[in-house]
Amino acid sequence: MNNVFVYCEINEDGNVVDVSLELLSKGRKLADELGVKLEGIFIGDNLSKVEEQVFPYGVDVMHIASSKKLFPYLTLPHNAIVTHIFKEEQPEIALFGATTIGRDLAPRIASTLKCGLTADCTSLEIGDHTENRTKKEYKNLLYQIRPAFGGNIIATIINPDTRPQMATVREGVMKLEPAKKMSKPITKLVDIDNILNDDHFAVSIIERHIEAKKVNLRGSQIIVAGGYGVGSRENFDLLYELADAIGGEVAATRAAVDAGFIESDRQVGQTGVTVRPKLYIAFGISGAVQHRAGMDQSATIISVNTDPKAPINAIADYTIVGEISTVVPKMIEYYKKHSK
Amino acid sequence: MGLKIVVLAKQVPDTRNVGKDAMKADGTVNRGALPAIFNPEDLNALEMALHIKDLRPDTEVTILTMGPPRAAEIIREAIYRGADNGFLITDRKFAGSDTLATSYAISMAVKKVNPDMVIAGRQAIDGDTAQVGPQVAEKLDWPQVTYAEEVLFLNDDKIGIKRRLENGVESVESTFPTLITVHSSAPACRARNAKRVMTYKHARTFTELQEEVRDYTELYDQRPYLSICEWNVETIEADPEHLGLSGSPTKVKKIDNVVLQQKDSMVLTDSNQDVELLMANLISGHIIG
Repeated sequence: MNNVFVYCEINEDGNVVDVSLELLSKGRKLADELGVKLEGIFIGDNLSKVEEQVFPYGVDVMHIASSKKLFPYLTLPHNAIVTHIFKEEQPEIALFGATTIGRDLAPRIASTLKCGLTADCTSLEIGDHTENRTKKEYKNLLYQIRPAFGGNIIATIINPDTRPQMATVREGVMKLEPAKKMSKPITKLVDIDNILNDDHFAVSIIERHIEAKKVNLRGSQIIVAGGYGVGSRENFDLLYELADAIGGEVAATRAAVDAGFIESDRQVGQTGVTVRPKLYIAFGISGAVQHRAGMDQSATIISVNTDPKAPINAIADYTIVGEISTVVPKMIEYYKKHSK
Repeated sequence: MGLKIVVLAKQVPDTRNVGKDAMKADGTVNRGALPAIFNPEDLNALEMALHIKDLRPDTEVTILTMGPPRAAEIIREAIYRGADNGFLITDRKFAGSDTLATSYAISMAVKKVNPDMVIAGRQAIDGDTAQVGPQVAEKLDWPQVTYAEEVLFLNDDKIGIKRRLENGVESVESTFPTLITVHSSAPACRARNAKRVMTYKHARTFTELQEEVRDYTELYDQRPYLSICEWNVETIEADPEHLGLSGSPTKVKKIDNVVLQQKDSMVLTDSNQDVELLMANLISGHIIG
């Protein structure tokens, strides 16, 4: 069986981004389960630091394509290089971060290679499959698991007949874990002059403004989250007051973001950020699967909701049935009196 | 020089109002059971095309959608808002298509229209994959500019686009032909134009006309612009092997209902006493404070 590949994104400072390291961690486990190697693809300009950075994650082979022309990211040159490598190496599995870049690149590659791709997976597993109609058996397929359609269901997607089996995964979904054993990876330099031509530069960058992340939900041990039930942008101010008082960050569901109550960089869930804080307080959140996928590993969960039957209550340690406007001021008042 | 622009749009189930019978046993979506809307980011895409038409009035904006016969509704909606015409690609052979098979079908239809530019929403709310745009671009062998927020400039051989990235913005320029996908942060679509609504309210596809009680044959002969063109697999000259389930490398292995792990939840009211009990627990457990 062939190997597991991870496309590794490089940021402005020449560092491999977190989601790529998380995917290497997951890729290592998948490769071990299948008894194959883990290979990483690194495309960019300033790649001197990457080997040291990925070493702890047990990469067996590094494919390096380095040139001034390859940073910042452009779709066509990166697509040409990755598809060239995939045609030669015939990967079994290929993983991409579900980032601005990964979601631009992975579908293009899947289309070029006519293979299947599943977006925003929340879990990846190895398993078998028997085709209902033909009774044909498939061993060791990649189960690409994601909530689907309104969030009432979890779908397991497979690609029985095409390779690589491709998936994108959001940052924070897979855990960052160093490999059990590691050795110096083999480096393969990609001969980019034989791959790239002028047509690959039909799109060119005029200018870029990259900002540091303003909101760091993943770094916060306390998250005060609001859903559609919060009702308005003004009511979110209450949540900011509480977060200020107890030292947390404000987050939201997609429904609250779509309603315009709050900015999308605070969205928690399958298409937002995945968090694992010590405390997650959910105000007016019903608890769709997509949202729970991004927060159900929080150590303590409190749900504040007027609906005693809100699905999120089932995973909450505490449920307060009541109005946000009543509960929040009481929480702040008590905390101010009693905290040290 | 006027441009020929195809806007890709999708009629989507309103995932904010999903009922219990939303999925069929085979794991595909039961579209019939759901209210259908114009995919929100496709409206941003339409606005970008109409904005280009404002800059270059001899531009032709064509709306292209793939779906069941009732998807003609969004073609009319787009025409009310300023699109010049539209095509509905509809065929039972498309059923079960994943993004790759869908992109193949759409690319074949786009080749028939032969535009200078394709503009589409970044993603549809029923799947959120954002895959069809880049895959149509690949099938056409065109460049792609994703997450577009604004048209910066337009000249005879290039278009400048501001892109919204997760950590900032980027300005790029692309040669023609090109495919652009539009982000929800782009300008919202203009409202319907009352005059256009009057003119086009009887615009129908052939299938829809069959269902009309009155005979409009004469009206449609006099006003050919009221006919919305319907295309099928044969018209777009697509290979049926590359469509539907046979053309889709991804298969749904299984669908699980979500089983919540029930925790022992302490249920409280919003009384002073209960909120204080909760806060005291959090502080004594060193969860806060």
